[in-house]
Order: sequence, then C-alpha cells, then structure tokens
Amino acid sequence: MALLVDKHRPRSLDALSYHQDLSERLRSLAQSGDFPHLLVYGPSGAGKKTRIVATLKELYGPGVEKIKIDSRVFQTTSNRKLEFNIVASVYHLEITPSDVGNYDRVVVQDLLKEVAQTQQVDLSARQRFKVVVINEADHLTRDAQAALRRTMEKYSPNLRLILLANSTSNIIAPIRSRTLLVRVASPTETEICQVLKKVGGKEGWKEVEVLNKRIAAESGRNLRRALLMFEAVHAQNEIVNDSTPIPPPDWEALIEQIAGEIIAEHTPARILQVRAKLYDLLTHCIPATTILKTLTWKLIPKIDDALKADVVRWSAFYEHRIRMGTKVIFHLEAFVAKFMYLLESYLMEMDF
Amino acid sequence: MASFFDLKARQAAAASACSAKVAPPKENNRLQPWVEKYRPKSLDDITAQDHTVTVLRRTLQSSNLPHMLFYGPPGTGKTSTVLALAKQLYGPDLIKTRVLELNASDERGISIVREKVKDFARMQLSNPPAGPAGIEYRKRYSCPPYKIVILDEADSMTQDAQSALRRTMETYSKITRFCLICNYVTRIIDPLASRCSKFRFKSLDSANAGRRLEDIAANENVDLEDGVIEMLLRCSEGDLRKAITFLQSAARLVGALQAKKSRPKVGGTDDDAMDVEITDGKAVTVRSIEDIAGVIPIATIDRLLQAMQPRNKGSVYESVAGVVTDMVAEGWSATQVVSQLYDKIVYDDAIPDRHKNKIVMTFSQTDKGLVDGSDEHLAILDLCLQVAGVLGER
Repeated sequence: MALLVDKHRPRSLDALSYHQDLSERLRSLAQSGDFPHLLVYGPSGAGKKTRIVATLKELYGPGVEKIKIDSRVFQTTSNRKLEFNIVASVYHLEITPSDVGNYDRVVVQDLLKEVAQTQQVDLSARQRFKVVVINEADHLTRDAQAALRRTMEKYSPNLRLILLANSTSNIIAPIRSRTLLVRVASPTETEICQVLKKVGGKEGWKEVEVLNKRIAAESGRNLRRALLMFEAVHAQNEIVNDSTPIPPPDWEALIEQIAGEIIAEHTPARILQVRAKLYDLLTHCIPATTILKTLTWKLIPKIDDALKADVVRWSAFYEHRIRMGTKVIFHLEAFVAKFMYLLESYLMEMDF
Repeated sequence: MASFFDLKARQAAAASACSAKVAPPKENNRLQPWVEKYRPKSLDDITAQDHTVTVLRRTLQSSNLPHMLFYGPPGTGKTSTVLALAKQLYGPDLIKTRVLELNASDERGISIVREKVKDFARMQLSNPPAGPAGIEYRKRYSCPPYKIVILDEADSMTQDAQSALRRTMETYSKITRFCLICNYVTRIIDPLASRCSKFRFKSLDSANAGRRLEDIAANENVDLEDGVIEMLLRCSEGDLRKAITFLQSAARLVGALQAKKSRPKVGGTDDDAMDVEITDGKAVTVRSIEDIAGVIPIATIDRLLQAMQPRNKGSVYESVAGVVTDMVAEGWSATQVVSQLYDKIVYDDAIPDRHKNKIVMTFSQTDKGLVDGSDEHLAILDLCLQVAGVLGER
C-alpha cells in the first residue's frame, strides 16, 4: 500500500491546491513554447517536485509518467568507474549528480552533452527539447556548476534544465542569472489543514478539525511531514478525537530526552551518557545537522531569555564546524559541553 | 517498399524535410537570449568604456595590436568588446579561421594550452578570398596579418596552464595576439600580466545602462511600468547582462500570460499570430522584476528590522525567531537576506558607528558560514540575534 503522500500526490497543475498564481504561471510558460531554464527553490516539503512533475506533464502530456530507471557507467579521468542511476522517460531525464560526490562534474559534462547533442527523435513530441531535471542542485560542486554554465547557453535548442534546490545560496551567480528563479514557499497552516481535510475525505476518515490544526502546527509548515504524521495518527488509533496524541518520530523523542538530561545535570559523567545517545542517533543515520538543530530547538524553550541568543550563536558556530570538519561527534559533544558551561555559569551568577 | 524506388516521391519527401528544417531558425531567433541578440556589433555601438574604445579604434587603423588583458566586474562588456573588435577586423568570412575563443566550460588544462592553443598559434594565416570579391572584402575589413586567441574567464585557468602560455605568447607573437579576459587581475600570474597591455572596464553608469535597456525593450515591444528600469539596475548591481536577462525573463512571463489569454481567440498554434499577440498588452511590473531577481520585498525586511529593535516588554528572541522562521518557510535565500539586511543597516543613520563596527563583524562571519554550506535557518537566526544584541547595548 502506498503512503498517503504518494497516493494522493497531485498529478497535474489543476489538481494543485495552493499557490494558484504560481501554477498559472508555470502553465502559461509550458504552453507558450518558449520555456526557459528554471531554478526552483524552496524549503523541503513545500511541493517543488510535485509542481515540476505537473509542469512536465503539461509540457509533454501523459507520456512523462512512464518512467524507467537506467543504470549508467561513467569513467572518470583517473579511470575509476562510477555507477549512476537515471530516472528517465521518453521526454525527460532526472538525475541526482550529488550521488557521486566529487565526480559530479563528469556526469554533468558527459550526460548533458550527450543529451544535448541528440535531437528529439519522436517527431510527434510536443516540444523539440528534452528536459533534464537536476535534483539537489545546491549540492553540486563549483566545478560542475561551471561546466553547466556554458552548456546551458550553447545547447538551449535541444535542452532545458530544471534545477531543484533548497536554497539559492550555493548556486553560483552565473547560473542564477541564466535561469528563471521560481520560489516555492511552504504552505501556510490553513493550507495544510485544507489538504489534510481533502486527503482524509478521500480515505473516508472522520474529520477532526482540532487534531488537523495541531498536526499543521507541529509539522513546521512541511506538507510531507504533516501528511506522514496524519497517516501515523490514523494508523495507530482506531478512533481519533481532538486529544489524540501525535506520536513524534522516535529520534525526536530521543533528542527530547537528551535535552532534558542536559538541562538537569551539568557534569562530565552526564556528557558521557549523552554521548552514548548521540552515537545511537548517528548510527541510525540521522544527519548531524538535524540532531544539532533539533536539540537547539528543544533546549531553547527550557532556558532563560538572556541565554537564548548565546545558545543560538554557539549552535550556529558548531553547525559550521560540523560542515567543515570530518568527525561530527566532536562538535556535537562540544556543543553539549558549551551549553552546560553557559547554563552553569548563568545559574552561578544568579546565586550571588 | 514501393515508395523506396519511387524517385519522385523520395525527392518530394526530401524537399518537405528540408522545408521543415528551414522553419526552425526563425523560431530560434525568437528564442535567442537577448544578451546574445543585442551584443554590440561594432566598437561604435559600445556606449561606456570610452578610454578602451578609443585605444582599440586606433588599432583598427594602424593594423597593429598589442596582447591585451581585459579585466573588470562581470557584465561590463569585456567579451562584447573583443568580439566586436574581431568582427570589425576580420569580417564574417575570416573570423572563423582567425579567432579562437576558449572559455571555462571548455577543458583548459595544461594539455589544451600545449596542444590546441599552440597549434592554433602556429598555424599559417588564412587569406581573404582572391579576385575582385577579395579586394572588396579588404576594403571593408582591414584583415591585419595576425590571428587572435581569446581566453575568456582566464582567472579560472590553473597556474600551470598560465605559465605554459608564457613562451607561446612570445614565440608566435608575429602572427598571433592573445586577449585574456578576467574578473580578477590578481589571479593572472605576473609574467603573463606584464606581457599584455591592460584595460580596466569600470562598472556601467546607470544612465548608459538604462538607455540600453530602454532600447531593447522598445525593440522587443515590451511595455515597461514606471520604475522598472531603476529596479532592474538596482537588482543587477551594474551587471548589464544580468539586467538584460532579468528583463527577458520578465517579458517572457508577461508574454506567456498574454499568449495564453489570446490563444482561444486565435484558435490554433500559429506562431506568427502568437508573435503579434504577445507584443501588446500587459506591462512588466516592478513586482515581477523583484520576483525574478529573488529580491525580498522591503516590507518583509522592515518587519525583521522592527523585530530586532530593543524593547522593554516581551523578549526580543521570540519576535525575531518568529519572523526568521516565517522567512525560512517562505523560502527566501539566506544570502539574499544577509545582503539586503546589510544594506539596510549600513545606511541607517540612526545606528551609531560604534555599533555598526560590531555588526559588520557578525555579517562577515555569517557570510563565511553560508558559503561553507552551513544551515541557513540557524545562521540567519544567529545573525539577527547578534545584531539585536548589539542594538540593545547602551
């Protein structure tokens, strides 16, 4: 059984439930025959991918939904073989170059040039160009982005790019200036409620408005998360009412626990205990940034206002360190120790 | 199978295929980026950069040219200038054989410099066509006896590749001139820089750039709302290419909406009819330019600033965190937030210089963090809280 998220994903631009003017704009771009390169950005769970798939359908018709997965082998300059998965239909390709890490330049150059140099074979196709969707474009290396830049201009008759990114910060300026920027904002909480109501109606679930509102608030304006939570609540309880608890993911529960422990006691022994839990999280593949961020959000409500700015500051500091460094546990522990120090010295001052 | 032997049918098919092929270029022309379409065709078309243009124009007459190094911020016309010069020197027939253009998307390691550049540099000069046509051609274009190698974005070449150029430049200087184009002159190694005469391209002044944009808009039949030109210039920060691209994207959006509305009336996919329909109608608005450039509305930034002001009741943290969370959810890019906030704060006279000093330090740290790819939400929140902290100081 498919998840709600996939089952009720809108397939066409008409079915999208919010950002109507954006859908309208995408539709008119798709129909005008003068389709530019796009750079779609926005926070996760805002519906970027859904909108792109719908736009592709608008461009080419239902043919884009027949997709297959190709596995291709690329050879780097140092003769290393790279395996790379491509999701493709007759009209478009979808790639995630950051899968191959530092070698993404090779993929971008080889694959895009190959696509760009072959014309559309199907004469009955609606557009003369192929579309390449690049996921996680903000994780592309500088080299790969520089390689993109000329390709975009040179082969524009045969090739259109759609770049998907969480933010434009890591996209180099030349690319930004060559694409049409499309911002997809997160849905508001009322919009999430509407979606939940609609999906619930389709599933034949009884509507509980207060619960829906709570889910929307809890999800942090992330529609995907809201839908998953919605499904979880309904899967765990036969009858739902206003006060049904929303089960948090177990990793969040664990972080909550860590936060409580850090607040309660500030000793090296406690750090040791926390370390075990942090390792537990890391071995379950929770990204270090997520751990640090969640921990910060959990800690902040529990402390005094005067400390909040400092805690955020050190959190940002160690998050930067995590990016730059190689071993994440050091920085997570350092943050924990720093926090204990801050809180302890603040309490000491209070005593006097 | 029968049709295979039917010569006439095949010819007809071939002819129709040909005519089908003829059609696309027209469409291509329409789809061409305006940046390419409106590149200056000759040196006289280049509006700003008077100094450089005068020097180059003199070389047109004297048939002697030094090695050149063009440097300056992006979008100031470096590539356009050298291409216009090449066009005027050689004309359409010779330009293919006399000019080699390499830029960052081409592989430009040391091996390429050794092989491709060197081979081109030592190649014999091609001649204009013989006979009366050739004489005519010579009258129009001076065709001086040297080739030009244009190395665009030369600052992204490796040190090794640059030093491999040194000797090549001298050895073949009789028949080849080099033109290096870069943004940062400091990235060019000294031995190369000293072999070239340098031309600095300054940022375009808004009067010239504005006139250019207006010309293009008039040529493309795009209606502009009042203030759009100013907005374009402000968003693009002196980069004319960026401004033109923004203008084109905006025109595309407006045009696309327009085309859609007019389509039922035309009742088909007739391209010509569409072309005409696109032109008149809605104007490009300031708001749409902001949208395309990814600029955050001033109201949002003001709200953030308001939240950062020191206050007596309620905590600064709550209000700042609220606004920041909203902004992140709206999807505004962090670098944009940082730069717009910076502009706001630095030009705010109400903030004493002492505070500005401290604030600028935090901006620098945040920017570094963002470039390294740290989490945007945390970084922005941290920045805002620190700024708020400084503002709250007595």
